[in-house]
Amino acid sequence: MQNRFRFYLQLGFTLLVCAFLVVPVVLSMLAGVTENFFVGLSSGLTLRWVAQVWEMYQPTIWRSLIIALACLVVTLVAGVPLAYMLARYRGGHSRLARVIEELLMMPVAVPGLATALALIMAYGQLREFRASILFILVGHVIFTLPFMVRPVLAVMQSSQLAQLEEAAASLGAGRMRRFFGIVIPNAASGILAGALMVVTLSIGEFNITWMLHTPLTQTLPVGLADAYASMRLEVGSAYTLIFFFMIIPLLIGMQWATQATRKKVSL
Amino acid sequence: MKSMIPPASGAPAPLAGQPPAARPRAAGNGVWLWFAVPGLTLFCAFWLLPMVRLVGVGASGPDGAMAYLSVLTNRHYFTSLMSTLALSAVVTVATLAISVFVGLFLQRNRFPGQSVLLAMLTFPLAFPGVVVGFMVIMLAGRQGLIGAFTNWLFGESLVFAYSLAGLFLGYLYFSIPRVILTVVAAAEKLDPSLEEAARSLGAKPWQVLLHVVLPALLPALISSGAICFATSVGAFGTAFTLAANIDVLPMTIYNEFTGYANFATAASLSIVLGLITWAMLALARSLTGSGVAAAA
Repeated sequence: MQNRFRFYLQLGFTLLVCAFLVVPVVLSMLAGVTENFFVGLSSGLTLRWVAQVWEMYQPTIWRSLIIALACLVVTLVAGVPLAYMLARYRGGHSRLARVIEELLMMPVAVPGLATALALIMAYGQLREFRASILFILVGHVIFTLPFMVRPVLAVMQSSQLAQLEEAAASLGAGRMRRFFGIVIPNAASGILAGALMVVTLSIGEFNITWMLHTPLTQTLPVGLADAYASMRLEVGSAYTLIFFFMIIPLLIGMQWATQATRKKVSL
Repeated sequence: MKSMIPPASGAPAPLAGQPPAARPRAAGNGVWLWFAVPGLTLFCAFWLLPMVRLVGVGASGPDGAMAYLSVLTNRHYFTSLMSTLALSAVVTVATLAISVFVGLFLQRNRFPGQSVLLAMLTFPLAFPGVVVGFMVIMLAGRQGLIGAFTNWLFGESLVFAYSLAGLFLGYLYFSIPRVILTVVAAAEKLDPSLEEAARSLGAKPWQVLLHVVLPALLPALISSGAICFATSVGAFGTAFTLAANIDVLPMTIYNEFTGYANFATAASLSIVLGLITWAMLALARSLTGSGVAAAA
């Protein structure tokens, strides 16, 4: 009897926490398609706020997608070989590898505001660079690089890369052939997990981007902040709704990929 | 000492073969370094060197290097630092308490809809700070749910989104999903026989929790607590969405930089802020001996 009571008490609290997290999401989704949120749903459903957002903020959506994809390409090209070096250099146990790993995490540990200020102080004078989306891309790459390196490194460390490569080398495969034929296929699950993470983080990045953007290089989260501050609640909600529809597939993919990686790495 | 013995005195055959065998191995190590070049170049050019520059700019104001102490000597910066740290500490404690409770419950009980519940609890994981701020406005803002509810109940609407209380709610919203995930993962690895042993020796449920479960969860709690604290200290988007006049250090830095063009102060304060969050995470890592990575 007492056990039943305790179960329902705990369930009640859990549901309360769940409501705290989910109710505002549902509310904002509803507000985005309601004629007048202050009056309530009785004022009728409409898509005009979504249409208005699409008209006003469409460039920010495309820009965010472009930056996220570019960020993915750069982190793949720079991050996967880096993870390979960290996994293999001196058998993967060198002090140098630990120092590099620690350094790579610094832009995540240090607030984005500091990273952004540093970039502005160092490169703010280069007008063309400062005004282009490359400036934002650089910030995103620095911030997301460790999220590519870490899962790839984890998978590489758990697979028997050294033995596999030795076998390939004994059959005459050169270093590049081994890298593309053995290393990358074996780290595929880590690369996938890292890629989803990088894209999700880049699309949602605000702390660094807000300082780096110019009126002509607004990204989606920057546009969101702008809409929250200057538009009516329904417009902000409709914009948030579009953002949710962009990240939900990524989140589901990420959950699926983490499970797949976890099975392989058995963390 | 043994390595000091000249090779001639040992068995000659294997030692004679050693140098040629060792050389390709050393060369191989050097080749691996080339794979790190693109990543490290990007990192040095766009983070390490700019950061060094930022440290220099921080000391370039009228006060010189003393600017780094202004966070302690200037009353305004000091209050804003203290309120940031206090808020983050309260958020961390509250998040840990809620997440341990919910995480243990979800991991221990099997009931229909449980996985849906866990999915819903971790759904806001990837929301950026601005969106979290908007969620708080939805709950406690001028047209928010809490306001409407209290208006219906007492005839007066309660609005607290645009203050420290709103920021507290926002950081809670931001942190709970992450910490719950960590707690559930750590609880899965607990050894149930330890708890059974404690129970069979007559321990009450709260004693089992206090003396068996919590100590076993401690490393996970320290690392996720440190991440929660560090992200709360450095978070900017939520405060920015809620109100520009909430007195937390990231907002102070932002206002110094954009409002007063006070570059030296903004630089020195953000270096101090960065040192605090980094030290927090490093401390947690040395305590738990595992990888503590901050999250967005």
